[in-house]
Amino acid sequence: MQTLYDRLWNQHVVHTESGDSDSMTLIYIDRHLVHEVTSPQAFESLRLAGRKPWRLNSILAVADHNVPTTDRSHGIHDPVSRLQVDTLDQNCDELGITEFKMNDVRQGIVHVIGPEQGATLPGMTVVCGDSHTSTHGAFGCLAFGIGTSEVEHVLATQCLLMKKSKTMQICVEGELGWGITAKDIALAIIGEIGTAGGTGYAIEFTGSAIRALSMEGRMTLCNMAIEAGARAGMVAVDDITINYIKGRPFAPQGELWDKAVAYWRTLHSDADAVFDRTVTLDAAQIKPQVTWGTSPEMVTTIDGSVPDPSSIADEVKRHDMEQALNYMGLRPNTPIQQIMLDKIFIGSCTNSRIEDLRAAAQIVNGKHIAANIKQALVVPGSGLVKKQAEQEGLDQVFLAAGFEWREPGCSMCLAMNDDRLTAGERCASTSNRNFEGRQGPGGRTHLVSPAMAAAAAIAGHFVDVREMRQ
Amino acid sequence: MNKFHTFTGLVAPLDRANVDTDAIIPKQFLKSIKRSGFGQNLFDEWRYLDHGEPGMDPSKRKLNPEFVLNQSRYQGSEILLARANFGCGSSREHAPWSLQDYGFRVIIAPSFADIFFNNCFKIGLLPIILDTGSVDYLFDAVKTIDGYQLTVDLQNQVVATPKNEVFDFAVDAFRKHCLLNGLDEIGLTLQHAEKIKQFEQKRRNEQPWLFA
Repeated sequence: MQTLYDRLWNQHVVHTESGDSDSMTLIYIDRHLVHEVTSPQAFESLRLAGRKPWRLNSILAVADHNVPTTDRSHGIHDPVSRLQVDTLDQNCDELGITEFKMNDVRQGIVHVIGPEQGATLPGMTVVCGDSHTSTHGAFGCLAFGIGTSEVEHVLATQCLLMKKSKTMQICVEGELGWGITAKDIALAIIGEIGTAGGTGYAIEFTGSAIRALSMEGRMTLCNMAIEAGARAGMVAVDDITINYIKGRPFAPQGELWDKAVAYWRTLHSDADAVFDRTVTLDAAQIKPQVTWGTSPEMVTTIDGSVPDPSSIADEVKRHDMEQALNYMGLRPNTPIQQIMLDKIFIGSCTNSRIEDLRAAAQIVNGKHIAANIKQALVVPGSGLVKKQAEQEGLDQVFLAAGFEWREPGCSMCLAMNDDRLTAGERCASTSNRNFEGRQGPGGRTHLVSPAMAAAAAIAGHFVDVREMRQ
Repeated sequence: MNKFHTFTGLVAPLDRANVDTDAIIPKQFLKSIKRSGFGQNLFDEWRYLDHGEPGMDPSKRKLNPEFVLNQSRYQGSEILLARANFGCGSSREHAPWSLQDYGFRVIIAPSFADIFFNNCFKIGLLPIILDTGSVDYLFDAVKTIDGYQLTVDLQNQVVATPKNEVFDFAVDAFRKHCLLNGLDEIGLTLQHAEKIKQFEQKRRNEQPWLFA
């Protein structure tokens, strides 16, 4: 009786010091995704130590954080950003690492392109110097973010030294209501268990509502596992997983495909597997979620209000809430639907895939953004997502509604390029973090689903997307 | 990595839960391709009143007198006392780099985010978990007593106060060994190179699609 996590872990153990499950274990890494922000120091140290990457074909690199989302024909104008992207290019060229360069149609956010290319496969261990690597767990693999020292460690040894996590099952049973998405499930879970609720755990999402999600939805959910404190989130393999992978460039073909699929179908928890903790949610009860504070756990429903710190007994919690409301410029007890917005951001590794863009486009079709919205951005997750959306005419829907249609990248999720909020600006964002300054110094972020962001763009304030059902 | 020796150091209290890595080192400073120099931008948005960008001279910037690390009594702190879930958010190792570059050698909190916790050990910065009651006690002490210092003894896994009150802490034996001896983890792993090669070969035979 094994959980999916146990199964994946056991498959990758190279060496363990003492043999007990609590000791440091050497784990083999199948796929190493690399981006420009967390890799330069790792490559530099590798070079200084006279070492070479252990297995080149395990690595796939792309620049996503620093790239401009506007016209790229003149390169990157910020010299500091440009140096970082150039450094990645040089490291990859020199070592012979496969990289999708900025003007390659396959370029995009690392957590979008991995699955899109079939470079993320079930049963793999997948790492990247990026906390949202948990995204890839949607494919029944063990995927987690690492720091730069570990990036170097994987480059040099193809392994990582780590301790096994505890296991948590989050079971979402039932059917989601119209307009409710994986993003709402993720935020509802974080509201329930808190941003540290998953610390020390690997989370497996189970239940009929999860089985019913597309791969895009499962990726959104696993992406946010880290926002619940868990390094890894995962979903068992089923037909939806396998159908998504089939025919992708890095996926196996022919006889190998059949062999792989037979193995992948074993990647689930046993019926009698025991988890260290189980949390259950009723899908039918989940409403559209909106964050009001500076941590993803500071979340409520669209029919809710900004909470009142005076009702909180715990001193540290009350103090945090007061600080958050002060930063967010919100008064206690304000109905969420009365919060007026300045900017809209649809994008990020959480919500920039084709299904996300379709959901947003469906809401804005034939309408126009409100007069108080200064800027509404749609930033597709990859060049291929962008191309597909354009083939479906989604770009025209957005442009006609007053949105800007951009080139792929991380963009305003963390504002390392020019896409950012200025101090005091309030944004409905489909990204993953509402931390202070995350989308620009002094910027105020409210996390929502793509459909909710689109609805807010049209109304100029938060509205219940369920009321826009046609 | 430098060896971790027992030391006695000044404590600074950061009285706030869920301090995230964006707050520890804001994104504009992540564009550096170096590993050093991040200390001057540690907690940049809380520490300075003006907006910081890479390359600015910190001596010409406006300090926020309200921020704890700017108060004269905490100058030269080597131990940061923090609240629950310290280091949540991104995997950026720039966060521990900036804390270490600023001069911190130890962070004490009731809990840490997983990736941050792990990253600290890789560079010789020691994160210590104490129970909430002990952390509350230390917050009171450090705020009340000017120049409050703690002694951190990794070998014996204890934090001691000036009054010789002692708080035990847990640490993984392997990590402790690496810290005390300043060991390079990559070098240690490569001692198992043959085992890694054997594992890889077996995997290549069983799941060849992973090696295409």
